[in-house]
Amino acid sequence: MLHIPCPYCGPRDETEFHYGSEAHVAYPENSANLTDEEWAKFVFIRSNPKGWMAERWVHSAGCRRWFNVWRNTINHEFGPSYKPFTQQPKSPA
Amino acid sequence: MANMTRRRTVELPDHPDFLWVAEQKPKKSYDVIIIGAGGHGLATAYYLAKNHGITNVAVIEKGWLAGGNMGRNTTIIRSNYLWDESAGIYDHSLKLWENLEEEVGYEMFFSQRGVMTLAHSVSDVRSKQRNFYANHVNAVDSVWLTPEEVKEIAPIVNISEDIRYPVMGATFQPRGGIAKHDWVAWGYAKAAADLGVDIIQNCEVTGFDIVNGKVKGVKTTQGDIAANKVGMVAAGHTSVLANMAGFDVPLQSRPLQALVSPLLEQVLDTVIMSGAVHVYVSQAHKGELVMGAGTDSYNSYAQRGGFHVIEHQLAAACELFPIFERAHLLRTWGGIVDIAPDASPIIGLTPVENLYINSGWGTGGFKATPGSGWVMAATIANGEPDALAKPYALDRFISGHLIDEHGAAGVAH
Repeated sequence: MLHIPCPYCGPRDETEFHYGSEAHVAYPENSANLTDEEWAKFVFIRSNPKGWMAERWVHSAGCRRWFNVWRNTINHEFGPSYKPFTQQPKSPA
Repeated sequence: MANMTRRRTVELPDHPDFLWVAEQKPKKSYDVIIIGAGGHGLATAYYLAKNHGITNVAVIEKGWLAGGNMGRNTTIIRSNYLWDESAGIYDHSLKLWENLEEEVGYEMFFSQRGVMTLAHSVSDVRSKQRNFYANHVNAVDSVWLTPEEVKEIAPIVNISEDIRYPVMGATFQPRGGIAKHDWVAWGYAKAAADLGVDIIQNCEVTGFDIVNGKVKGVKTTQGDIAANKVGMVAAGHTSVLANMAGFDVPLQSRPLQALVSPLLEQVLDTVIMSGAVHVYVSQAHKGELVMGAGTDSYNSYAQRGGFHVIEHQLAAACELFPIFERAHLLRTWGGIVDIAPDASPIIGLTPVENLYINSGWGTGGFKATPGSGWVMAATIANGEPDALAKPYALDRFISGHLIDEHGAAGVAH
């Protein structure tokens, strides 16, 4: 089981959390003018890196708040976690 | 209806002493290179040689043959999906299974013991019945079972009404079943090698040679290899390869876990799946119970997942099959599955000319091994999508023609 560092509560068991996939996927600007290709990219394409990834989790059975965290998809090691709308720490890579 | 007599455990025959050249080194060039020596890659190579006469083919593999999901799945074979496109490719695959051992001359322990999918709520019953009628429209065999009929086929199922997930009915596909996955890989490998295909293990792709948007070969840990055409059949690592070739794919790689019990007397001679409780179980030929779990929630390439997923699944299994409470957990493992947004595969052309993709089989690729190889071989040989593969093109995510099989797949596939 992952031990996830919630930036509000500290490290807690994975079963207290739900996953929110890749972080920093912004809703497109000028959405009225997007092509089908651009919509497909926003709706369906997420990076799927082998290595460090910035991702979202929600501490649903704890403080119920969303946050971002760096995690390595090769060995499940966690890097720094950080609150939304704060400066993203550099990738631990 | 499935064979009602209780099966006896079987001893597996000895392997032949020669299957393929184990230490094969790559030649300088090939007509076709297939990346990935799992079931789908080996089947692709076999059908390239057998159906299309293309034998100057290499299957290159970063690890060892069938060391990925081909050696990690729960071996369930069925074709009772919801949509027409799925009936097309999965039932073609099932028809190929029905003659495969004879065709390749290799025992695979293909056993049509039936696949049962349980319904546990009113909405579950309705969606499973929708599936059952859709199967009839597509001439895919399907039977609707009452709880009593479920009990008749599988006496160990608890059909009492006072459990958390009561059995309210089930769909049953008598032609479904299981096969021994490693033997399937070896059978395809041997048959492909007999036709002249090179199988090259410990050969990891590190890049592509692409000139003017056209693939010319691959860079590997065993040197550069030229090719007229390249097929990516790399399951969980497809995103990594696609990024090397300069394009994105709508796939996420997630851990999917499975487990076995020690060898037990035969108590279950069909396959039972339940999407609602996240369990699918069969009893392998030698007697071990084989069960699959749901995927872990997060992206990973680590080939392992959390034990709480196994625990959740076993709790449900013990309620549905009270006799399992006596069994022990022998071993668990994980594989990395590539999941597309609509839980259907991505097969066909890519933005790079002569580079082909076969991926996104997610949690249910084993059953499709023959059909997937068949359509991929035709797509590569003809340079255009095979008719059965056409709906699965990468551009369906732009056109919106998704083939949404989340309902038919549940977690179990």
